[in-house]
Amino acid sequence: MTVADLFAILPQTLLEGLLLGFVYAMVALGYTMVYGVLGLINFAHSEVFMIGAVVGLEVFRFWGNPEAPVIANPLLLLLVALVFAAAGSGIVAVLVERFAYRPLRKRGSKNILVPMITAIGVSFLLQDLTRIYAALRHNEFNMQYRTYDVLNQVFELPLQTTIQFKGVIVIVVSILMLIGLTYLVNRTKLGKAIRAVSQDMQTAALMGINPDTIISRTFLVGGSLGGVAGVLFGLLYTNVTPYSGVLPGLKAFTSAVLGGIGNIPGAMVGGLILGQLETLSGTYLPFLTNGNFGTEYKDVFAFLTLVLLLLFRPQGIFGQNVSEKV
Amino acid sequence: MNQFIFPFTLAFTALSILGAFLAPQNGLTNLALLVSVGLVSLGKLPTAWRSGLLAVLALALTILLRLNPNDKLAFYGLLGVLVAAFLLPNLSKLVRIALALAILFIAVPIAGLTNSFLFELGIQIGIFAALALGLNVVVGQAGLLDLGFAAFFAIGAYTWGIFGSPQAAQFIPGYPAEGLPGNYLYLFMALAVITAAITGVLIGLPALRLRGDYLAIVTLGLGEVVRVFANNLDKPLNITNGPQGITPVNRPDVGPLTEFLRAIGAERLYGRPIDEPIAYSFFFYLLVLVVIGIVVLVNIRLANSRFGRAWVAIREDEIAAKAMGIPLLPTKLLAFATGAAFSGAMGAVFAAKQTFVSPESFTLQASINILAFVILGGMGSIGGAVVGAAAVTVLNIGILKDFSDLLNTWRQTGVTILGYNMANLPPQLNPAKYERLVFGLILILMMIFRPEGLIPEQRHRAELQEARQEAKEGGGK
Repeated sequence: MTVADLFAILPQTLLEGLLLGFVYAMVALGYTMVYGVLGLINFAHSEVFMIGAVVGLEVFRFWGNPEAPVIANPLLLLLVALVFAAAGSGIVAVLVERFAYRPLRKRGSKNILVPMITAIGVSFLLQDLTRIYAALRHNEFNMQYRTYDVLNQVFELPLQTTIQFKGVIVIVVSILMLIGLTYLVNRTKLGKAIRAVSQDMQTAALMGINPDTIISRTFLVGGSLGGVAGVLFGLLYTNVTPYSGVLPGLKAFTSAVLGGIGNIPGAMVGGLILGQLETLSGTYLPFLTNGNFGTEYKDVFAFLTLVLLLLFRPQGIFGQNVSEKV
Repeated sequence: MNQFIFPFTLAFTALSILGAFLAPQNGLTNLALLVSVGLVSLGKLPTAWRSGLLAVLALALTILLRLNPNDKLAFYGLLGVLVAAFLLPNLSKLVRIALALAILFIAVPIAGLTNSFLFELGIQIGIFAALALGLNVVVGQAGLLDLGFAAFFAIGAYTWGIFGSPQAAQFIPGYPAEGLPGNYLYLFMALAVITAAITGVLIGLPALRLRGDYLAIVTLGLGEVVRVFANNLDKPLNITNGPQGITPVNRPDVGPLTEFLRAIGAERLYGRPIDEPIAYSFFFYLLVLVVIGIVVLVNIRLANSRFGRAWVAIREDEIAAKAMGIPLLPTKLLAFATGAAFSGAMGAVFAAKQTFVSPESFTLQASINILAFVILGGMGSIGGAVVGAAAVTVLNIGILKDFSDLLNTWRQTGVTILGYNMANLPPQLNPAKYERLVFGLILILMMIFRPEGLIPEQRHRAELQEARQEAKEGGGK
């Protein structure tokens, strides 16, 4: 492969990185919202995302059954799947908050490890519950998304790049999500309350805000976003397992940290950077090292970049420098 | 006073009830003995009585195990006595040590030589306990959240795995084709300690400048980096043999041990020859015990040293510690290197025991499990780390598997329970496959009801109680 070839595939690689980046960014929004309010790394968010993917799949199977489709139009079907997945994941996230995190908050322990271990426990629990569900209902572990011609339709773009219709949907939906979330946080009453609670829970409570309600709603919003991301992830990569939330969840969390956790545009930017890093290193590493270091090293690349960046900017790209209280 | 008694008794009551189902032939005996272990631990007994009763119970359980080596509940009961011997207040040091030695070196081998599963369980517990003790230094004592701890275990395992197998001949010309003989394992355990400690420093140098959640994600990332390298370093030079892993890894010679067992008449006692597999099980059981012993000793000495106090100071308040003149980075690095060294040594043992090393064993999941052992046991407490590892291991490879077997028996015989015919139970419902579900549930419930862990460190408990008090007062206002 010549240098000219390397340049020829660059636009397509960048586009794919963009797509991956948007998926990470969508999931990262959920992490960042919860972190912004509670200061908690909600590891269970990757499972909330996975459950969204499973709910979407069930909608596709139930109403889009090829023999007797109730909703024949794939786009309408997708919309219904998105709505149901958002609702499903949102409810799961709220329940998790209600039954796992809230009791900890009431207890008032200052140890940051306790909520994190709970989050890990919740994530194990949700994984295996989904596994039981998949085993009983489908008698299999892998769940396949059906493909639709409309969604797989390929568009030719300039510079010899192509994109599938579902890719366009991913990009559009995630941009809408970012705009919607920014609007919600900055312009609405709920957003104002969320910001107040994230600043100081006790003072917010004195001002007549019920922190529990606000936290619950934050989880609802974050969970719904995760559910939508889950369906789109399922559409893009077609295969869903009870554990398919883990890796994207990890990457999304890395994105959130990269962008400055707790910061909404930061999560988006972090996701996009991580997506580009991964795709670029995945495509070019084998060429640059004569095939000695293959695509597998893309994760190494992503994590090492994170380490390097955090060394120079420990608070992430957009994070604010929190001054130490003594 | 006896902080651990509540979960302890609860566990034993649950076990006893299960016991009546799981081992019908010994059900009632087991029930009685397990309940007694719980009662002796819980009841308000004079010290002498308690020591005596524990010894009697240990003897009774040993006899039960000798009669029926497949009786796992008697084995769990012995573990219970062991835990009680170490953790109950007021027992004299002599009684503790005598009980522990008798159980570990007489009772368990007596049954284990016939039923090697018991050795297997002991070895697994030992390996996890050593890892938990290592991470306990990092998370429990120094308060540094490390989510990539399995990396050090991997370093240790690969240190022996590569050189104690034909693998090294792949990239070192003139290396012995079979790899180094198994007896070099002892040397390589020392080398694994050094390589793991060096890796700890290398990973720690960039990571330890960060704090809290950032430290968590960076250690997680670096742990993954080590795994990816293990998974892919089969080219350009075939160092780790990639995802296939390395096999066979050589094991030390067990001839002398077999001779010894023959000499003391173990064969006549069991009515069958001491063959190699059983000798190896016994050997690794002893080796793991020795390593654990050393790790515990080093751990205790360190915790009470200048460094141990510096770690706790950093955990409690980093800024105050710095102001008092504790050099932050070197002290944290020392914690990292110490923890890494422990798990490196156990990694080498693990490689030899399995005769197989592959990246599969060192995933993020493994790191998180080790963290959970530490938290479940009680952060910062040495006994807690061991008990946490033991409890989860017994649950995962003991109790859940037994429960699956029980369900299978029910399915086959078509027992009816509460009007439901068990033969209709879907075969997919297999508890042994859902260990994460149970584990997750335990983690959540523990954090809600007992966040300080099964056996909390004194200082931690005081802190949590204070926080609880504050929360209560805050609610009253």
